[in-house]
Amino acid sequence: MSEFSIVGRRLPKVNAWAHLTGTALYADDIRLPRMLYGRLLRSTQPHARIKRLDVSRALAHPGVVAIVTGADMPEKMGIMPSTQDETALAVDKVRYVGEPVAAVAALDEDTAYDALSLIDVEYEPLEPIFTIEEALGREDVKIHEDSRRANVFKEVHLAFGDLDAGFAAADLIRDDWSFFEGTTHAPIETHACVASYDGDGKLTLWTATQVPHYLHRELEKVLKLPRSRIRVIATPNGGAFGGKSDPFGHEFSAALLSMRTKRPVKFTLDREEVFYAHRGRHPVKMHLRTGVKKDGEITAVHFQSYLDGGAYASYGIATTYYTGALMTVTYRIPAYKFDGVRVYTNKPPCGPKRGHGTTQPRYAFECQMDKIATELGLDPIEYRLRVLQPGNSRTVNDLRITTMGLGECLRAVRQATGWDAKREGLPKGKGIGVAGSAYISGAGLPIYWNPMPHSGAEIRIDRGGGVTVMCGTAEIGQGSDNMLASVAAETLGILPEDVHVVSGDTSLAPVDLGSYSSRVTMMAGNAVRDAGLKLRALLFESASEKLGVPVARLATAYRRVYDLQDPEKHLSFVEAANLAESRHGTLVAAGSYTPPAGIGGSYKGAGVGPTPAYSYQASVAEVSVDLETGTLTVDKITTAHDCGRALNPANVEGQIEGSAYMGYGEAIVEEQIFRGGLHKKPSLLDYKLPTSLDTPELEAILVETNDSEGPFGAKEAGEGPLNSVIPAIANAVYDAIGVRFDETPITAEKILDALGKRDNRGVTKDRIGPDGLGDGKVDPRRAMRRLSASTDARERKKTAAPVD
Amino acid sequence: MTKSLVTLRINGESHTVAAEPHHTLLEVLREELGLTGTKHGCELGECGACTVLVDGQQMLSCLVLPQQIGMAEVTTVEGLANGPVLHPLQTAFAEEGAAQCGYCTPGMLLSAKALLDAHPHPTREQMAEAISGNLCRCTGYTSIYEAIEKAATRA
Repeated sequence: MSEFSIVGRRLPKVNAWAHLTGTALYADDIRLPRMLYGRLLRSTQPHARIKRLDVSRALAHPGVVAIVTGADMPEKMGIMPSTQDETALAVDKVRYVGEPVAAVAALDEDTAYDALSLIDVEYEPLEPIFTIEEALGREDVKIHEDSRRANVFKEVHLAFGDLDAGFAAADLIRDDWSFFEGTTHAPIETHACVASYDGDGKLTLWTATQVPHYLHRELEKVLKLPRSRIRVIATPNGGAFGGKSDPFGHEFSAALLSMRTKRPVKFTLDREEVFYAHRGRHPVKMHLRTGVKKDGEITAVHFQSYLDGGAYASYGIATTYYTGALMTVTYRIPAYKFDGVRVYTNKPPCGPKRGHGTTQPRYAFECQMDKIATELGLDPIEYRLRVLQPGNSRTVNDLRITTMGLGECLRAVRQATGWDAKREGLPKGKGIGVAGSAYISGAGLPIYWNPMPHSGAEIRIDRGGGVTVMCGTAEIGQGSDNMLASVAAETLGILPEDVHVVSGDTSLAPVDLGSYSSRVTMMAGNAVRDAGLKLRALLFESASEKLGVPVARLATAYRRVYDLQDPEKHLSFVEAANLAESRHGTLVAAGSYTPPAGIGGSYKGAGVGPTPAYSYQASVAEVSVDLETGTLTVDKITTAHDCGRALNPANVEGQIEGSAYMGYGEAIVEEQIFRGGLHKKPSLLDYKLPTSLDTPELEAILVETNDSEGPFGAKEAGEGPLNSVIPAIANAVYDAIGVRFDETPITAEKILDALGKRDNRGVTKDRIGPDGLGDGKVDPRRAMRRLSASTDARERKKTAAPVD
Repeated sequence: MTKSLVTLRINGESHTVAAEPHHTLLEVLREELGLTGTKHGCELGECGACTVLVDGQQMLSCLVLPQQIGMAEVTTVEGLANGPVLHPLQTAFAEEGAAQCGYCTPGMLLSAKALLDAHPHPTREQMAEAISGNLCRCTGYTSIYEAIEKAATRA
């Protein structure tokens, strides 16, 4: 019998019913009296100076009420305070096709849309930059004038341990280049918001955001309106995955247009616009050099990442550090060097997508681990088990590790998949592969430096036994409202259905930093538990006196406060609450959570990587490759995830399955790619998301390590499981056809190319992937010229080839 | 634009509303009738979020004009429950965690209902086929299959 009454049970989410009956109000479902409808005019140019912007014809169009442009909100903004390089609407220059330039509010959406074509914009085109290589080399073209070196946004270099000695001691040194293609979140709900500036001079913004608190701060800065007069309400997000965690132009535009017109204003992006809003996975080129002894023990790792950041900063400074930071938490690494560069290009800004910055390097690392195992003649699971970073340890880059369940995860997937037999006996075209990974349970530092809590929660107990939990978290579908209700219910001894959750509202709920970096269960969970324990102490004090039982012998569950020795001796929760209220007054308590000190180092850049506890996961992918058509079918993905403790196993499994699904999409088909600055696939028809018919069988296995940092031992569940899936698929493809994919996505076209069947030339390849930055030559500009020439030659050949 | 009157049968009730003649069933449901349970994710027939049933058949409400429907019976998520009694699919989706963000859920529920009405005990293959036009970005579809299976045993 479990020691818990709620934790560990497969209960329906408290907010499920609204979703299932169609009554949940997402941002676009909100309609207010006299509401106006907004549309954004977006740039048609990848890089251009705005010579003239004239809205007079549009303003004269019947039904148009107001228009704002960049000049109305020139204040720089952006999610990271140290790198704010964006404005709500473009000022003077546009830097990507799709960048918002002006915003119209009209009586209806059709009119707002019509008015966009009446806005006169004259652009002076500037030379655009689209690739990492160009961005690094072109001093003469600056996307942002204040970039010090070419178009470099951020450059970081960190070194730990004796790298030279490590490589000198190695028996085998592997050098691998790889490339992880950019992808986007594609939540099914497009971004939307409603702003209402009311007669009392107060602004309310309902918006599909993951970060109501950070948005609150940016609104104050840009609108010049004190935060005390702004209320941000995060509506239920219809999927987010990192894509709704920046402040966006439409949010500021709605707010300012409402302030100007004194009417509510709604903006709802269409699907194409979501591809421009982006902030998705960075395309990253990577070089990884690893030294190992004959037995596989790692002696040194040198990792270099080149991130294509798109036109603006977004979370880029964190992303850059994240590509290096978590390489050390899975396997023992005594010496480690990391160089990371993020550049600006004239494409929609990249940002955080599920696994933020750690997904790409994990792909490079786990594919290389597979190669090392092959070279050393070791089983890939056995090899990983040999070199595991131990639990309760510190990594070479000074990250503190508490529980470490990667070993258990690897053993679990080995057993569940029948790994040993399948590694031996699969025919050509069938393969099985493995990978491990890790993720943070919340970033150890907030995005703006401050000594205040990362999460705050308030609980109020009503005289009838109802409990209200208030917390600034944003419900993005990950189940945060249910987590808040469950932790409160477990702590106070009631049922989740007794709890009313108020979340994501900056006026009603204490600050929580937001639903990003998988921080909510760890941080908001601990804050709610803290508040609940304070109230429980009051209930126990009164109950102890009434029942004549010492406090130490009291417990609470199922709406009762009872004697552990004689559970029939009890008070109802309502009786205990009423006694406590009589004695102490209104039953309200606040709780908060700040990550512990000492979880990371003190070097510059040490702020990214530390977390209260790391989650771990292992995936096994089983694949079939059609040797004639190149079609890759993933038959099954099995993922074991060390979640600390599953507060609700059904929901944790849902996160693992959802991560596996999303990783699968990135591995085989998804790519956010461009031609001449134009998005090649800005629709769900072209940017393919796996449908039910495509998605493989997904199995989720829970590994519980019960971490002392988490509420009831819980760690994160939403992001880490994605990281192991993608390299597991690549490693399975190698097992099937003997071709290494040092590049995503693994398409049929690339497989045929490797098998020598794409153009019937018969030239086979044992790997698909980059050979360097550009073509590996020192001068990226020369490299680019060569790349471009070879691309042209390929295109010419394609055109000339007979069609059959 | 001039609005014209249109009469629709929705969830067993008759409604007459004024709507722009070029507005889709999706827009009329959401904007004119306040039935915002039906969602939109692309308005191009790609995502399936706007799925409703028309005379029991799945239909993308973003690709159809009310005039094309005539007096056919439209079922939206708001009409799925039988009065206060939830449809077995709704309870099963809650129990299996088949709705994460909930945004694809209304369309998914209606596709699942059309399936169960035609095949009370569907196979996994039939389920995958039936919901293949409804994109879900959260679940990986597994919990949705489990929920449909559970509902099938209770219907």
